[in-house]
Amino acid sequence: MTAIAQRLRRVDTNLLQLALLTVLIFAAMAALNPERFLRPYVFESITFVAPELGLLAIAMMVAMLTGGIDLSVIGIANLSCILAGLFFHAVGAPRGPELANLAWPLVAAGIGLALCTGLLAGAINGLLITRLRVTPILATIGTGQVYTGICLVLTGGPAVVGFPKLWGLIGNGTAFGIAVPLIVFLVVAALVWFMLARTAFGINLALIGTNARAAAFAGLRTGRTVFLSYVLTGGLASIAGILLSGRTNAAKSDYGVSYLLQAVLIAVLAGTNPAGGRASVPGIVLALAALMLLSSGLQIMRFSNFLVDLIWGGFLLLSIALAAWRNRTR
Amino acid sequence: MSGIAAAFRRHPELMVAAILVVTVVTIGLVNPVFWQPSNLFSLLRASVITGILGLAVLLVMLSGGIDVSFPAFAIAAMYLTVKAMIAWGFDSILPAFAMATGIGLLLGLVNAVFVHYLRMIPLIVTLGTGTAVRGFILGIVGTSQINIDQMPQRLIEFGRGQLFSVTQADGSQTGLSAMVLVYALIALLVHLLLRYTMVGRGIYALGGGEEAARRVGFNIRQTTFLVYGLAGAIAGFAGLLHGAMIWTANPRDMVGLELDVIAAVVLGGASIFGGRGSVIGTILGGLTLIVITNSLIILGIDTTWQRVVVGLIVITATAATAWRDRKRIA
Repeated sequence: MTAIAQRLRRVDTNLLQLALLTVLIFAAMAALNPERFLRPYVFESITFVAPELGLLAIAMMVAMLTGGIDLSVIGIANLSCILAGLFFHAVGAPRGPELANLAWPLVAAGIGLALCTGLLAGAINGLLITRLRVTPILATIGTGQVYTGICLVLTGGPAVVGFPKLWGLIGNGTAFGIAVPLIVFLVVAALVWFMLARTAFGINLALIGTNARAAAFAGLRTGRTVFLSYVLTGGLASIAGILLSGRTNAAKSDYGVSYLLQAVLIAVLAGTNPAGGRASVPGIVLALAALMLLSSGLQIMRFSNFLVDLIWGGFLLLSIALAAWRNRTR
Repeated sequence: MSGIAAAFRRHPELMVAAILVVTVVTIGLVNPVFWQPSNLFSLLRASVITGILGLAVLLVMLSGGIDVSFPAFAIAAMYLTVKAMIAWGFDSILPAFAMATGIGLLLGLVNAVFVHYLRMIPLIVTLGTGTAVRGFILGIVGTSQINIDQMPQRLIEFGRGQLFSVTQADGSQTGLSAMVLVYALIALLVHLLLRYTMVGRGIYALGGGEEAARRVGFNIRQTTFLVYGLAGAIAGFAGLLHGAMIWTANPRDMVGLELDVIAAVVLGGASIFGGRGSVIGTILGGLTLIVITNSLIILGIDTTWQRVVVGLIVITATAATAWRDRKRIA
């Protein structure tokens, strides 16, 4: 019991620090650009852009929970929406009004196709990692190349442009005055939170991440559980792909490449232990908010994207240093 | 039969060599153009940079880590050095390469600090440093490419050097780049370091098991700093060599190269768990990868398949190494 209490307290201080960081960044950005930062437009655009990155970060976190990592998430996201896009172009006339006004059952089929692609791609990762015992880093580097490669082979390089209106609604629309992608993100985040914190599957994942050998000796079906976690990661990545292509009305083999580092950064900053055993969905939401505020503040200050990359990378290193310092004092 | 299997197990390099021979013979049978001296020389020339960078990755992987920051370090060293050569008006080769190597060394030591003192997983550290360095170069130093007309003359002359040249059947002259010799020299030095020095054996020991290595008396801190410092230095050197060979300094170059290099190293039989791998294996792995990816065109395969092929090589090679090492893990 005391262990659990300690654990709760630790998670809470981590969340508290993250909340503090978010407030600090918000205050700093508001102080640096008093006129341009505190506008509804800035926050509105964050609610459209952040969800896809947030989903990738949650996907990364799920893989990290068992001490693994998934470097193929970007490839999975792009492959899912490219396949869906090509499906739409095959059933509707490319770029024509027929495509834009595609009936909802076909759009639903496209969503199903994208999700299945993600789940299947995740299952391939899971098989490589659990059956063939390839380390997650190398397995997902390899499959990431293959998925991106298939995108290139299918499209020949250029973007698949033009998606049905209904599909665009998922990435661009609003419902009850709230961005649809944000709703998708919050619903998925809540489901994953429930799965990790309140179901046997989630607890098993954390146990396997803490000590795989002990978990196996305790009778947990570690192989199956880890396999399912990569399937989940793949599915989450494909939802991120749907949001990305819905927002931009296009799908391309090299979209979102810089998201990889950002997803890792958000997962680590959120208190996920990359060696396994600890993950927090509320942490992801806070870390995502903090970093989105930071990057839109920097963009308002006309920082180039390269400088934003420098700051993201520096932030990752800083959060590592902070985590190390926190562990030392405990 | 069992004799051959035992020989393969004792010398994993034989396996890679066999793969290389089979690949070369197959490609040569499909398209005899492969055997033209100009093609063979260009393959050897193409393998120089991937191969030298492979040696850097080999060092890190032997110690049980992984490095994805080296392309950024290579480009940073190359771009800063060429800029400095132009700004300060020096164009001697030795100081230039010393400067590039020094920049790489310093950046590598930053990795070492994070890996050793802050105990963070190498993949995440190097993801952070790589992104930060790339962001620094593009965001602060500059984004413009330095073309042949501005490149230091002596650097171009150096990169242009040839060992010898032959006359082909059609009467054209073709030569073997002298950079192959530079590659061979570095490979020899790394080989000697790994095989015949105590610090070199320490790298294998660290990869075999940190605690065990510490108890036998290896200095873990010294070994970690040597590994990451040397890997950075080699990357810096390779970066400037790359600039000299293509006569341009492009700060956006080498994006995604880490995947090809890691593919080459794992193909060469190195294990990501550390302690296993050799310079000869890495050279052969690099050659095999270059031969396969560069022969797609003469095999009549569209180059959009290149990513898929590299990905499949990573997956197959790592699955094979995992199968080889299966007793070690279980």
